[in-house]
Amino acid sequence: MALDQLVMTKFGEGAGEEMILNMGPQHPSTHGVINFVVHADGEVMHKAVPQVGYLHRAIEKIGEIVTYPGFMPYTDRIDYLAAMFANEGYALAVEKLLGVEVPPPAQYLRAISCELNRIASHLISLGSMAMDIGAVTPFPYALRERESINDLLEALCGARLTYNYHRIGGVAFGMADDWAPLCRKWLDHFDRILDEWDRLISFNEIFIERLAGLAVIPLEMGIDYGLVGPNLRASGFEYDLRKAHPYGAYPDFNFKVPIGKAYAGAHRGGQVGDTFDRFYVRVLECRESVSIVRQALDKFPAGEFMAKVPRKIKPEAGEAQSRIESARGEMAYYVVSDGGERAYRVRARTGSFLAMGIIEELSKGLMIADLVALIASLDVVAPEIDR
Amino acid sequence: MKELIDRIIVQQLGHDPQTWPMTQGLYLAAMLAVGAALTTFGAIFAGLLSWWERRIAARIQSRVGPNRVGPQGVLQFIADALKLILKEDLIPADSDHILFRIAPYFVMVGFILTFVVLPFGYRLSPTNMNVGLFYVVSITALVVVGILVSGWASNSKWSLFGGIRAAAQVVSYEIPAGMAILVPIIMSGSLNMHDIIRAQGGAPWDWFMFQTPWGYAAFFILFTAMLAEGNRTPFDLPEAESEIVAGYNTEYSGMRFGYFFLAEWGNLWVMSAVLSTLFLGGWQVPFVSMARLTAWEAAGHVPLWFYIASAVIFVAKVLVLINIIVWIRWTFPRIRVDQMMNLCWKYLVPIGLGLVILAAATELISFQWFGEAAKGQARVGSIRDTLHFAFFLIAGLVPFAAFVLKTRRNIYLVGDRVDLTNW
Repeated sequence: MALDQLVMTKFGEGAGEEMILNMGPQHPSTHGVINFVVHADGEVMHKAVPQVGYLHRAIEKIGEIVTYPGFMPYTDRIDYLAAMFANEGYALAVEKLLGVEVPPPAQYLRAISCELNRIASHLISLGSMAMDIGAVTPFPYALRERESINDLLEALCGARLTYNYHRIGGVAFGMADDWAPLCRKWLDHFDRILDEWDRLISFNEIFIERLAGLAVIPLEMGIDYGLVGPNLRASGFEYDLRKAHPYGAYPDFNFKVPIGKAYAGAHRGGQVGDTFDRFYVRVLECRESVSIVRQALDKFPAGEFMAKVPRKIKPEAGEAQSRIESARGEMAYYVVSDGGERAYRVRARTGSFLAMGIIEELSKGLMIADLVALIASLDVVAPEIDR
Repeated sequence: MKELIDRIIVQQLGHDPQTWPMTQGLYLAAMLAVGAALTTFGAIFAGLLSWWERRIAARIQSRVGPNRVGPQGVLQFIADALKLILKEDLIPADSDHILFRIAPYFVMVGFILTFVVLPFGYRLSPTNMNVGLFYVVSITALVVVGILVSGWASNSKWSLFGGIRAAAQVVSYEIPAGMAILVPIIMSGSLNMHDIIRAQGGAPWDWFMFQTPWGYAAFFILFTAMLAEGNRTPFDLPEAESEIVAGYNTEYSGMRFGYFFLAEWGNLWVMSAVLSTLFLGGWQVPFVSMARLTAWEAAGHVPLWFYIASAVIFVAKVLVLINIIVWIRWTFPRIRVDQMMNLCWKYLVPIGLGLVILAAATELISFQWFGEAAKGQARVGSIRDTLHFAFFLIAGLVPFAAFVLKTRRNIYLVGDRVDLTNW
C-alpha cells in the first residue's frame, strides 16, 4: 500500500495533507521520555500534541506507603535536576503538620543549597536550549559550572544529584568551616562565567534571531494555562513565591525578580513573553541566586541545624500545604495525615506538567525547529511532568 | 599529467609517445595510480580531519577529546573506520534497497571527483582542465543527489526531512556561490584553476580577496555559500540532530554511514582548496613574482624548492581555512529553514549579482581606458599596487587585529590566560 493511502486509511479523509510525525519518546531534544505527535505540513506544524506519562513512577502513591522521613529520598526523583526544591517542599509541608519550627541556620542552609541548585538547574536548561538551537559548545560550558556546583553540594551533603539533604525539621548536615570560602570563591568565578555566557550565546546574533518573537505567551494566556516560575515571569508578571509568600530565610535577603522585557529588542521583533525572554530571564535569575547565596553566607547565623523532632514522626490527623519557588516555578505539596506513621495522601504540584499543556496551543504554525526551541524554553523535565 | 608521462616516455624510456604502442597502456596505468593515490589521500585526509576536528572541538569545550589511539589519538579515525566496517550493514526492510545502497556512493563520487582538477601546488594537479572551476561546481552537485536519494530511500520521515532540506539548501546556495565564483573569473579572465592562481600574486595584497572590495565581498559570499553546500554549521539543517534526529543519514549504519561523514569532512578540503585558489592566491609563493616564474619557465627549469614551497603554502592556506570552518561549527547556533532561505535569496543573491556587475564594469572600464598595453606600465602598476596594499591594510589587517584583541580580551575576562601548552 502506498504511503499516502496508508495515511488516508489510518487517519481518515483529508489527513493526507498532513504528515504525522512521532517526535519522541526517544528523540534527542524532547528533554526526556516525552512524545510529541507532530501534525506537520512540510516544515510547518499544524500542531504538536504532547503525550506524557512515559516516566510515571507513582511517586505520590509511594508517599502513602513509606514513612514520612522515608519519603524524602523519593522526592529527589520528582525533579532530578533540582532535587533540593522537591526536598524542601515536602519538608515544609510535614513541618507544618507537625508544627515544628526550623532553626535559622537550617533555614539558611536550605536557602543556600536551593539557590545553588537553582543555578545548576538553570545551567542545564540554558545549555540544553543552546544545544537545541544547534550551538553545541555552550552546553559543556554550562555542565562544567554545574560540576563545580555539584562539588560544592557534595561537600555540603555528600551527594551530587539526588541530595536527600533537607530533613523534616532542618537539614541533614551542618556547614563545614571551610565550606563558605570555597563557595564564595566559586561565586566570584561564576560572575565572570555568566558574563562569558552572555558573550558566548545570549548575545549571539543568530541565537537572538532564532528566538526573538517566537512562541509568544501573552500574560493572560500564561495565567490561563497555569504557567509558573520563569515561564510566567518571562511574560512580564512579577510573581515569585520567595517574594510574594516568603518562606524559610528568604525575607532576610535582598533580591530582584527578573521579568521578561522583550530583551531581544523591538527591532528584531522581540516581544514580552517570547522564547528569548524565557531564556534570558533564567540567565538573570542565576545572577540573583548568586547574590542570595552571598548574602546568606554573610549573614549566616549560629545555632543548631536540626530542630527537635521526635524519632518516630506521627503527625496529628490533618492536612498541610506548602508552596515553594522551585527552579521550574511554583512547586506545591499537599500532605494529608490520618495520625499514623504514613501519610494518608501526598500530592505534588509541579510546574513542568502545566507547561506541557500550553505547547499544543503555541505550536500552531511554528516550524519543527521552533518546536524544539519552545520545548527547551519551557524547561520541562520529564520526571517532574509524570512523577 | 599527459605532458609529464610523455616526457618520461621520451627521456627515460627513449620512445616517441606518438608511435610507441605502450603509450595508451602507460596512460591508463598512470591514471589508475593517480586515481588510487587521490582517493586514498581524500579518505585519509578526511579521517585525519575527523580526529583534528574532534580535538579542536574538545579544546573549545574544555574537554580532552580522542587521545588514546596512537600518539595524541591521531589514529582514532582508523579505529573508527574499523568499527564502522565491522558493523552490520543494516538496510531497513521498508526502504528502497537499491537506492539506499547506492546513495552513499553518489556522495563519495561527488567528493572524490573534484580532486581531478584541484591543485596541490605549482603544476601539481592531475589535469590542467581549461574549464576546471566549472567542472568543480558541476561535479559537487552529485553530492546533493546522493543526499536526496538517501533521504528518500530510507523511508523514514526524519530522513526525508533531511534530504529535502539538503536539496533546498544546496540548490539555493549554488546560485550565490556561482555569482561569487564569477568575480575572480572576471578578474582573471579564465576558468582554469592554475590560470586563476597565476593572475594573483604571492603577497596578501596581490590576492583577489584583497585587491578589490568586490573581491573581498565575494570571498565572504562564497565562504557562506560553501558552508551551506557542505552542510556545516550554521547551515547544518539537513542533519540537525536536535530537530530531525540525524537527517538523511538517520537510517544508515556501518560503513555506509561512514561514507557520508568521510565525504563531509573531505568536502572541507574541497571547499577550502577552491576558496584558496580563487581568492587567496593558491600556490603563489611570496617574494617570487610572476615575472621570475615565467622567466624560469621560459628557460625550461623551475627549481625544485619552488614546487615544494608552493605545495606547502597551498596546503597551509587550506588548513587555515579548514580551521576557521571548524571554529565556526563549534561556536555558532544553527539558523532556521526560512532564515536560511531569506539569507540566500534576499541578501546573498542580490549582493552577488551586484558584485559581478561591479567586477565586470571595472574590468571593462580599465580595459577601455588603459587598454591591454597600459596594464604593464610602471606608473599605472604602482598606483594599482598602492591601492591594493591600502585596501589590504583596511580590510585584512584591521579585522584580524580586532579579532586577536577581542579573543585575548575574552580569555582574560574569565580569569584565564592564553595558554597553548595544555593539549
